[in-house]
Amino acid sequence: MEYFLELFFGGLTRGSIYALIALGYTMVYGIIELINFAHGEIYMIGAFTALIVASALSLSGMSGWSLLALAGAVAVVYSAAYGYTLEKIAYKPLRNAPRLSPLISAIGMSIFLQNYVLLAQTSDFVSFPALIEEFPFMEDVTFMRSSELVIFVVTVVATALLTLFIKFTKTGKAMRAVAQDKTMAMLLGVNVNRVISVTFIIGSALAAIGGVLISSHIGQINFYIGFIAGIKAFTAAVLGGIGSIPGAVLGGMVLGWTESFATGYVSSDYEDVFAFGLLVFILIFRPAGILGRTTSEKV
Amino acid sequence: MDLHVFARRALREAALSAGTALWFMFLTFPIMVMKISPLDKTIQWRLNRMVWVGVSTFVLSLVWRYLMARRDRGGSREEGRSWQKRIGERIRSDRRLSVGLLAALGVLVLSFPMVFSTYQTSIMITALMYVMLGLGLNIVVGLAGLLDLGYVAFYAVGAYFYALMNHHFGLGFWVALPFAGLLAATFGVLLGFPVLRLRGDYLAIVTLGFGEIIRLILENWNEFSFGPSGIAGISRPGSFGMELTLDQHIVYLYYIMVALVCFTVFVVGRLRDSRIGRAWIALREDEIACQAMGIDKTKTKLMAFALGATWQGSSGVSWLPRPRSSTPRASPSWSRPSSCPSWSWGAWAPSWASSWARSSSSCCRNT
Repeated sequence: MEYFLELFFGGLTRGSIYALIALGYTMVYGIIELINFAHGEIYMIGAFTALIVASALSLSGMSGWSLLALAGAVAVVYSAAYGYTLEKIAYKPLRNAPRLSPLISAIGMSIFLQNYVLLAQTSDFVSFPALIEEFPFMEDVTFMRSSELVIFVVTVVATALLTLFIKFTKTGKAMRAVAQDKTMAMLLGVNVNRVISVTFIIGSALAAIGGVLISSHIGQINFYIGFIAGIKAFTAAVLGGIGSIPGAVLGGMVLGWTESFATGYVSSDYEDVFAFGLLVFILIFRPAGILGRTTSEKV
Repeated sequence: MDLHVFARRALREAALSAGTALWFMFLTFPIMVMKISPLDKTIQWRLNRMVWVGVSTFVLSLVWRYLMARRDRGGSREEGRSWQKRIGERIRSDRRLSVGLLAALGVLVLSFPMVFSTYQTSIMITALMYVMLGLGLNIVVGLAGLLDLGYVAFYAVGAYFYALMNHHFGLGFWVALPFAGLLAATFGVLLGFPVLRLRGDYLAIVTLGFGEIIRLILENWNEFSFGPSGIAGISRPGSFGMELTLDQHIVYLYYIMVALVCFTVFVVGRLRDSRIGRAWIALREDEIACQAMGIDKTKTKLMAFALGATWQGSSGVSWLPRPRSSTPRASPSWSRPSSCPSWSWGAWAPSWASSWARSSSSCCRNT
């Protein structure tokens, strides 16, 4: 039972991170129908920025929760800035190009950003300081770490805020309108370019939050972490039904638990094989995802 | 132009570029400038990099805006023929010119190993392998419009088939080549079946996942694939009883690759103009309309997967004799990034364009 609980909460943690990244994928896909392959790299850049800022601040004597908050905030700002710039450089000029062009541009940006961090920083794994401190009341709990609790709570809060934002604010309304029909929204006076920028900024910020928290939990990062995390998060988004925000969270959780239980009870070498196997399985039997709606297609 | 207007415009452009440069200096600040050395706990400030980022983004942003403005202006003159098109038409319409150029190309290709050094020849071998890989990919992505990101998996299937067969049974290059193609085609059909109903982005992600699965299996299943260290000491292609030195072998391999590429160009060209090739193009343009015209979608798609995979499998085999070892890192994931640019250039173009894209991207990497 203890082992089961450990796997359960491990899966919940992974699932939360996948959900945070998947939200960015699903929002971007919902609005411009593009798989933003460079989204995983935004997450990685968030983690790296947090590492650099946290190290610099801890040299000047800062520690504890204020360090986490400050480093996390800087990472979120930087990731959002990267996401915004990425969209302006790589996707906006291709708005009217064939479907595959922005996708290939996205893959190119992903490779570019990976190599940028590789050259500017390092190719090795670097250790990430444990920014999340142990809670005193968690001392007796053996199957769950404090960082896991923090990650889960932050994910829940972030998702709730995002849902409220999309439901009730004016920008959120504009986002839904653009997702439904871009041309019509434009005709009704919605600034589509601004809405797309806001989408990228929010998605990147969420990815950065995920990146900072999971790096602090795991304790090491390198320039390549974004690639696999990105693919897995996209898998989560597809699992839940791409374009749907509750779907992304659900998909992330399902994927996290699948991986966690499969590695715990079957074999840890084939972690990714289980994730992709699940993806293929879902796509064959329910191509629209768990919460997605099937749409018929016209000539 | 009025000098006053010109000066004002130049000032505006410079201000815009300066703004971009400042933005990028801000953006790259933590990652480019700061570096923490974990051992002695110090921060290294590399401020000179910030200057470089500023200067280069300033220039690049000027060029970028100039090119963007030209592109937007050029939208209306799309019908006007570009110089590339005019040259192409000129060559095609003049028979004497086209034959002459072809002959010149043939002489250049055949005399390449005599004119250039062994090192340059071996770069050309890599380039030609990319050409073959690109032509195979062109069937799936370019003609049939199926964005297959897991094609490196078939390449690995071919490479590992040859490596394992050679290691255990001493199977030679010439026998392995067709059989690896066949095996890769079988894998192509195996992958094709579940993804038949998917298209576009979904297909891309499933094939990407499939490629990763193959790589992970090769890395982890030690008894079968010898894990990450791979298989070494693969024998070179038989040369019909001749004794060859290492340098001569490279030249020999070069000619094998040239022959294989010529064969591939021929076959892919014929396929494109055949009934099945037209069905692929129709499928790419509009799936539903294509079915309404009576084309069997299942058969056509599987055919594309199988034929594309055949070429990827064969190029996997033809890669091995030079490094003489097969490792999971060296085959699939290594070739993934480098082959990405070539489909962006070549994927929608006729096969010569993809060959050109392949060879040029490979040359950039190796020299």
